[in-house]
Amino acid sequence: MSNSIKLTYQVSDDDFTRAGEASSNVKSKLKMMNVPPDAIRKVAISMYEGEINMVIHANGGTITVEISKDCITMVLADKGPGIKNIEQAMQAGFSTAPDNIRTLGFGAGMGLPNMKKYSDEMDIQTEIGVGTTVTMKVYIQ
Amino acid sequence: MKISELTAKNLFATVNDGGNGDTEITKPFACDLLSFAMSKASSGCAWFTVMGNVNTIAVSVLADCACIVLCEGAELDEVATQKAQQQNVTVYRTDMPVFDAALMLYKEMQ
Repeated sequence: MSNSIKLTYQVSDDDFTRAGEASSNVKSKLKMMNVPPDAIRKVAISMYEGEINMVIHANGGTITVEISKDCITMVLADKGPGIKNIEQAMQAGFSTAPDNIRTLGFGAGMGLPNMKKYSDEMDIQTEIGVGTTVTMKVYIQ
Repeated sequence: MKISELTAKNLFATVNDGGNGDTEITKPFACDLLSFAMSKASSGCAWFTVMGNVNTIAVSVLADCACIVLCEGAELDEVATQKAQQQNVTVYRTDMPVFDAALMLYKEMQ
C-alpha cells in the first residue's frame, strides 16, 4: 500500500449545491491516473449515491478514499441517526426521503441498491443515534 | 452526431455551451429520477429530462453524458446554470415533451 493515495472530503449538511463535488473530484483524479473507465464509473456511481445519502439523511459527514494499484476503497462515515432496518433500506424502491428531496429527483429508493450493485464489496456498520459507516471497494481489473 | 452538429440544427435552444462540440452523441436517454439516470445513462448519451437543478448537472458529469436536454419548458435554475458553466456541460431546452424531443433526436441520428 506504499504507493496508495489517500483523499479526504467533508460533506456538508443539507448542501445540495455542493453534493457530488467529492465524487467529481475523485473521478477526475482517477481519469488522470488512467484507471480503466468501467472502474471509474463504478466508483462515481457508488460514491455519489453515498454522498447524496449523507446530505439527505445524516447531516453530512466525512469521506475517505484510498486509491491503490489494484483497489479503490471508499469509507463514508457520518454521525447521523443510523439505519433502523438495513435489510429494508437495501430493497430497491424503499425510501425514507422527505418530499422536498423527492422534488429534486431523489428518493427513488435506489441509493443503497446502487451502491451495492456498483461496488465490488460493501459493508455497513450502523448504530441508532450514533451514526453509520459505509465501506465500499472497487477493484481495478 | 456531434454536439456541434446538434447545436447547428437548432432543434433545441442552447442554454449553456459546454465547449464539447466534438463530443459524439451515442443515443438519446430519458429519465427524471436521478438515481436511475446515474446508473442507466450511458457514456455519451443525450439526456432528456425535466429536472433542471444542480444535481442534474452533477449526475450528467459523473455519468459522462454528452449533453442535457431540458424538456416541457423546464428551466435550469441559477445555481445549476453556474454549475453547468463551471463543469462545461452543454444544456439545451425545448417546450416539447420528453418522448417527442428524444424521438426527434433519434430520427435525426438515423
